This record gives sequence, structure tokens and C-alpha cells, in this order.
Amino acid sequence: MGPTAAQHPIVRVVACGSVDDGKSTLIGRLLAQTDSVPDDILDYARTTRRSGSTIPKGEVDYSMLTDGLEAEHEQGITIDVAYRHLYLPSGRRAIIADAPGHEQYTRNMAVAASTADVAVLLVDAARGIRAQTHRHLTVCALMGVRTVIVAINKMDAVDFRHVAYEELAGGVRAAAARFDLDEVTVIPVSALTGDNVIERTSTMPWYHGPSVLETLAAWQPSPVADDQVAPFRLPVQYIVRADNFRGYAGTVVAGSVRPGDKVSVNATGAPATVERIVTYDGDLEEAHAGTAVTLTLETETDVTRGDLLVAQPDASGERDFPRPASAFAADLVWTGTEELRHGRSYLLVAGSLAVPAVVTAIRNRRDVVSGEEMAARTLKMNDMGHVEIATDTAIPLDAYSLSRDTGGFLLVERVSRDTVAAGLTRHALRRAHNVVPHSFSVDRDARARLKGQKPRVLWLTGLPGAGKSTIADALERRLHGLGLHTYVLDGDGVRTGLNKDLGFTPEDRAENVRRVAETAKLMLDAGLIVVVSLVSPFRGDRRAAKALFADGDFVEVWVDTPADVVVERDPKGLYAKAKAGTLPNMTGVGQGYEPPEHPDLVVKGAGEVDDAVDLLIGALEVTH
Amino acid sequence: MAAVVATPEVVAPDAVLDALEAEAIHIYREVAGAFRRPVLLYSIGKDSSVLLHLAVKAFAPGRVPFPVLHIDTGWKFREMIEFRDRTAAQLGLDLIVHTNEEGRAEGVTPFTHGTHEYTRIMKTVALRQALDAGGYDAAIGGARRDEERSRAKERVFSLREPGHRWEPRKQRPEFWRTANTQLSEGQTMRVFPLSNWTELDVWRYIQRENIPVVPLYFSEPRPVVDRGGQLIMIDDDRYPLEDGEAPMTKDVRFRTLGCYPLTAAVESQATDLDALIAEMLVDRRSERSGRLIDGEGGGSMESKKTEGYF
Repeated sequence: MGPTAAQHPIVRVVACGSVDDGKSTLIGRLLAQTDSVPDDILDYARTTRRSGSTIPKGEVDYSMLTDGLEAEHEQGITIDVAYRHLYLPSGRRAIIADAPGHEQYTRNMAVAASTADVAVLLVDAARGIRAQTHRHLTVCALMGVRTVIVAINKMDAVDFRHVAYEELAGGVRAAAARFDLDEVTVIPVSALTGDNVIERTSTMPWYHGPSVLETLAAWQPSPVADDQVAPFRLPVQYIVRADNFRGYAGTVVAGSVRPGDKVSVNATGAPATVERIVTYDGDLEEAHAGTAVTLTLETETDVTRGDLLVAQPDASGERDFPRPASAFAADLVWTGTEELRHGRSYLLVAGSLAVPAVVTAIRNRRDVVSGEEMAARTLKMNDMGHVEIATDTAIPLDAYSLSRDTGGFLLVERVSRDTVAAGLTRHALRRAHNVVPHSFSVDRDARARLKGQKPRVLWLTGLPGAGKSTIADALERRLHGLGLHTYVLDGDGVRTGLNKDLGFTPEDRAENVRRVAETAKLMLDAGLIVVVSLVSPFRGDRRAAKALFADGDFVEVWVDTPADVVVERDPKGLYAKAKAGTLPNMTGVGQGYEPPEHPDLVVKGAGEVDDAVDLLIGALEVTH
Repeated sequence: MAAVVATPEVVAPDAVLDALEAEAIHIYREVAGAFRRPVLLYSIGKDSSVLLHLAVKAFAPGRVPFPVLHIDTGWKFREMIEFRDRTAAQLGLDLIVHTNEEGRAEGVTPFTHGTHEYTRIMKTVALRQALDAGGYDAAIGGARRDEERSRAKERVFSLREPGHRWEPRKQRPEFWRTANTQLSEGQTMRVFPLSNWTELDVWRYIQRENIPVVPLYFSEPRPVVDRGGQLIMIDDDRYPLEDGEAPMTKDVRFRTLGCYPLTAAVESQATDLDALIAEMLVDRRSERSGRLIDGEGGGSMESKKTEGYF
């Protein structure tokens, strides 16, 4: 059995439509006529008018009830999601997420849809089905909204004609048929005159279905077959400690739990038995999805914030058991102002867990209007696409179709800390389970001991012409003379071989840095002292490189040379070419260089090379 | 056409309250787990009382893992201050009280500087001072989306740029229950666990959970003066009366509590929670209509928030 009405007292609704479809008026009328709006706000809507409003003063302009920010007031449009309460006649509550209609705010639509049970989608009867109609259906379906109420609005503008409704209803149903929806109700309405919004009226005697409010009030979660119900999931948010008490606090986001149930931590290792379900008001016999609880386990178990408590699978097998993996197929809704960078390290936030992650492949971008999947090299704001993602550590993620809370994740940009994407997990990639690094008996320490040295990666970053390669060369000669085993990974060197397929766009630079870092890591494991000489202009890319290494193994060295000096030197004639316009992505000219904010070491590229080498030798703690 | 009367006298109000409570507790735990130094902004009103109660519930049987901060303008009702100190002692709270001492020394009052400037100096600036002094990276507040029109667009986790500025266009998209709690240098977070509660929910919850509130919410004969249709209670002798004016005694209560010269009372006979809730279902004015500071200019809450007000 699925959740019952009592377990679903709040119905989440996303309202969407194109600009000028009359969405504000429809929502305003729903709010006003269910007594969900205070009287003084109603008075405001009687006396205040936007420019262009044709509603006489003294009457309620329902669109004014959902009026929000001053910035929107000036432009007469909605730019951000607003949340409003609707008291349903049944005693339940609806929270309406009022999503903006403009194409450039598709990401806000996705936000509003992410928690919604029901979508109310407006279609202007006079203007018909438009690109936005398809876009909003696509977003709602992708984000997991299974019930759609289509309000064919402004029926007054087409003289309430049955044939006009039938034509549009047919078109909408055809458009909706592409998606896996439980229920699509198409209602002819006039938000302006109120027909079929609250009650069915006589203006359209040919319509026998429910009104918009009746449909909302009657909504029930669709019954789910037993084998489709998500098993118990609880992401641990906080460890509650008191005298002789250690409990794991979090919200049951799927399934239910009872004392005595076997649960596993992150779907791995031996299961533990739930001892108590603790709340302030006393222990519970059972906790359902949506309940905030604190669990105690019978046996002492290592559980921390970010861990996921999961129902132990029954004898029938491991279906839906989210075995930790480090590669996933997922859909992304890109919300960042900067586009997706292939190979760049982001933070993946799932529940209370945050781990570094890289988009390793962009399978396609979906045209949200036609539904077509197209080849893509990147995703821009408001794009949706299918990607593959690799995480630094194995994490348990469910399929989004099983559970929104444990199948959905965010991608966070590591410098600005902005949310740049919402991710919807499709499935773990099998190969991630199957690649288990073999532990060899001769390890890095053994190799380093044989060489009598401490392996390190010195990462030299700086402008082209800063003197990185010169310093790297002098340093390696000095180390070699001391009998140490070294290797220099030079930017130009790797680009003639390992990375010859890469160019100089930000995406390709990210991949260049990633491959060099991985190579340096192998060499470190081989026991070598590795000197990397690479422009590596972006902080995010260098941070991702550093994240591959243990603390102390990676030394970021900024070769700090003034811009006028490097342009003057121009050893490869690159600045001259860039100035002439034949090198568009030249760092320092066409692209910016982001100097390290907290480098481990700074060497002056304009100074003596020997001084720089002395400084670096010191940092290597060479004991010879 | 007769409108369907959807009485808010709900069939299963407890179920709605349970869901709202669980959501608020979830938000609290996320704050405590994710931030280095959170603080609970306590304004002594009904929403703060509910916030405190939820904090106790969220971490039971453990203690509330953050301090409680009150910004005292020096013009709060005396009963509020008494209630604050009593509550802090009873719950064993780590209570921090901050006043903008420069503002006080300069004699900033609602009468001398106008409500807008007074609010900016004694509330907004004071709040920024206290947050900076404590090095707090997250401040929990009791704002609700149904309070005011610019609040309807507020996030649950609302980002503040360096200097505590609220930039509507830089707010992060909020998906599911998953919060992006990451901060870059100088950013802080304001967090609103009661975002989805209505005023009626707050009162019903206070009733259900038996939560103590300041007695000013209940009707009593109190000394008031009429200022442009708003009834202002004379709480001490600092309020400038007009020549020959004497306060009248009326049965009044308050729907929101703030600085006494800026908070209008409503005439009422509601002396207990049942009567108060019954009155609310009839009197359908929004609660902030009694707040004198919100009314100046169409988007005054929006502009105050941009400066760092809650």
C-alpha cells in the first residue's frame, strides 16, 4: 500500500504556465475564495493596479494577491518561486509553488516541481499549446510529478466553445502521453470570470468534469504496488548525545521502520538491529516516511552524519539495495550561470553527504520542447541532459524513480559554492562495482624506502613564460645530483602525447589538469619525486588535482612573475601571437589566470633560479 | 456565484501540524550538523516560542547545541523582557543579549529618528553587530512565508553575502529536502524552519503543545493612546503624550510583539487560546497590519531585508 491521506496532510502543488496565461489570477482566485488570504491583502488587491490592468478599481484584481518583489512589480512578471498556502475544504493544506513562466527561469520551475505532488499547468485557450507547455510538462515529468491538472484558461476569450476546448485538450493529452504520468485532468476555465475554478458553472454546460479546486482537494497519492514501495531510508543528519545515550537523528524519507528491524549503514557491512525510535514525546512503535526521529541501534555501530540507514534486503534478493558505487548515470538540470565543465571537480551533495565528483561523460542534452536527445559537449543554465558522474568515494544513491530524497543530489561549484545542478540518479554504473583495486604487496612505502626518499608532487603553476619549466629543469638537475629519483611532467611535453587530443578551452584545460594529476599520482605511488610544470590557470582545476592526494603529498607552488615580465620574455612567441589575435585562449590574454589564494609555496619567477631551487629543495625535506 | 466556504477548521489539524513539525526539526538538525557556529535569533514573540520548543524537540534527549541571541532595542515591552529571562532560566539556555550601544548613546529612538531609521540602527545594524561579534555562520529565525509578500519568495536556507546583504537574484535553488549549506568566504546563512507555517498553525501548535507565550497576546485592560487609528500601549513614561492627553484603558491584546511604540494593539475579549483562535477565524486581517514599521513604502520589507534585516 502507498501512503494514506493521513500520512499526506499537505499537498504540494507546482503552478506553471507561460507568461500572460493568467496563472496569477487563477492562484489568486483559489486563495481568495478559500479564505486563504487576509482581508487587508484583499483590500490591497481592490485598490492597487499594475499598469495595463483592465479590472475596475473596487473589484478584486486577483493577480495582485500573488504579487511579490518590487523588481517584479516594475516588470509586471514573476522572477522567482513564491510559496502560498491554500486551505483545502477537506481540511488538508496545499502549498502552491508559484513558478515563473519565462524560458530563462526553467530552473526555478524545476525547483518548484522537485517537491510537488501535483502540477497545475495553464494553457491560454486563445493562444493554444506553446513551447512552454511542452517545456513545463517535460520538467514536471522529469522531476517526478505524476499528477497534472491542465487548466485551459481564458475560455471566455473563445466564447466558451466546446470545440476549442476539445482541440486543445486533445493536443495536451497527446503531449502528456510521452511521459509516465498517473493522471492528467484537463479542465476548461476562466480565471478572470471564475468559471470552473472553485465550482462548476453553467457557462460550459458541455463540461461534466470537476473544477480545479475539486480536483486538488480530491488528490490522493496513487496506490503503489507492494513491490514498488521504496524500502526504509534514513539519511543521518546529526548524532544526538546525552548521558548513556547515542542516537542517530534524521527524517525517514522512504518506507517505514520498527524496533527490531535490521538496517545496514550505507548498504554495506553487517546489519544492525534498531533498538528504539526516540522522539521528545516518547518512543514510537513505528515511524513512516516524513517523520523526524532519532534511532538507537542494539549494537555499537560506527555511524556519522552523512551516512544512510537502509532496510536490509529480504531473502528475495538485493533489488533496490543501494550498494555504494563511485560511478552513476544521472539526469542533470543545470542551474549554474557558468556552464558544465567536463572533468572539473564539483561537490556532490546528497542528503547530508558531500563528496567531490566529476562529470566524466555527457551522453546527451534533451530538447525540452521536442523531447529529442541531442549530442552535447556541455550543459548551460536551464539545460537538461544525461551524464555520467564519478565520485571520489563510493556512496549509496537510489534511483530517483524509487525515492526523490535519496536519488536526487546537487552539484555545488567549489569556489562560489553555488548550486550549479540538480541531479536525478538513473542507476549506478556496473563497472564501478567491478573495479576493485587489487592490493599489491609491494607498496609505495616499500618503493620509497628502496629509493631512500620521500615521494612528493611539486605542482608549479603560473603564467606562460613565468619560468616554470626553467625552474623545474634546474630543480631536477639538483635532485638528480643528490641521487634522488625524479620525473618532470611538463605541460608542453604531455600535450604532444598523452593529451594531444585536448585543446585550450576551459573544459579541455580541466581534463588536461586531471590527466596530469592522475599521472603524477601513479608516479608518486611508484616512489618518485614528481615536478609538474603546468600553467593550470583555474583554481577549481588545481583544487580538484590536489584533492586526489593525501595531505602533504601535494605541494602547490605559485611561480609568481609579473605580467610585464612574462610578456617581455615571451620565450615561445605566444604573447605576440595572442596579441595578433591568432591564439584566442591564451592565458593572461584571452583567458584569465586565477592565482592560488593559499599556495603552499611562492617562488619569484623574476628572481634567481637558484634561489627558487633552494626554496623548493627545503620544502622536500631532502635528508641527503 | 457563491464561493465555497472552506473553513480553516480543519478535519485533521494534527496531521498538518505533525508534518510541519517534522519539517522544522529536519531543518534544525541540518543546521546543527552542517554549520560551524549557528545561533538562534530569539525575538520573544509567539514564533520564537515555537522555534525554541522545536529546537528542544529536535535534539532531545540531548541539549540544544547553539546559543540564543536577542537583539534588545531598549524599547521592548517590559513583559517581554521578564518573559525572556524567565524562559532562558527555565530551559537553561545560553542567552546572549545585544544592544547597539552607539545608537543608544546617540539617543536614537522611534520618536527622534523616524521608524525607518530607528529600525535600521537599533535592529538591523544591531543584528549585524551581534552576528559579526559572535562569528556566527548561520542564524535561525522565525520568519514565515505567509507574513508578508516579499517573504513568500524567501528560501528556507537564505544566503547572505558579505556584510549580511540579501540579494534576491543570488539565492540558491532549493530542491527536495536537500540543502546546499556550503559557504564561501564572508557568506552566512539565515535559516527559517517555520517557512511553511501560517499564523493559525503557530497558535494551534502553541495550544497543542502547551507552549508558554508572553501574556501580552491575551486581552487585558491596558493603557493605550490612539495614533491615526492604531492603538499604542503606554508601557512606560518615555512615550511622548500630547498636551493634556491621558491614556485610555481598553481591553486589548497584541497579534505580534515588537517595540512597544511601534506595535499596535487590537481590541479584543480573547483572554485564552480558545478565544484567541476563534477570534482569528473571524478577524481576517494579516498580523503585520499592526506593525508600524512595515508600512512605509510599497516594498519596505524587501528593502529592509536587502540591508540585512530578517
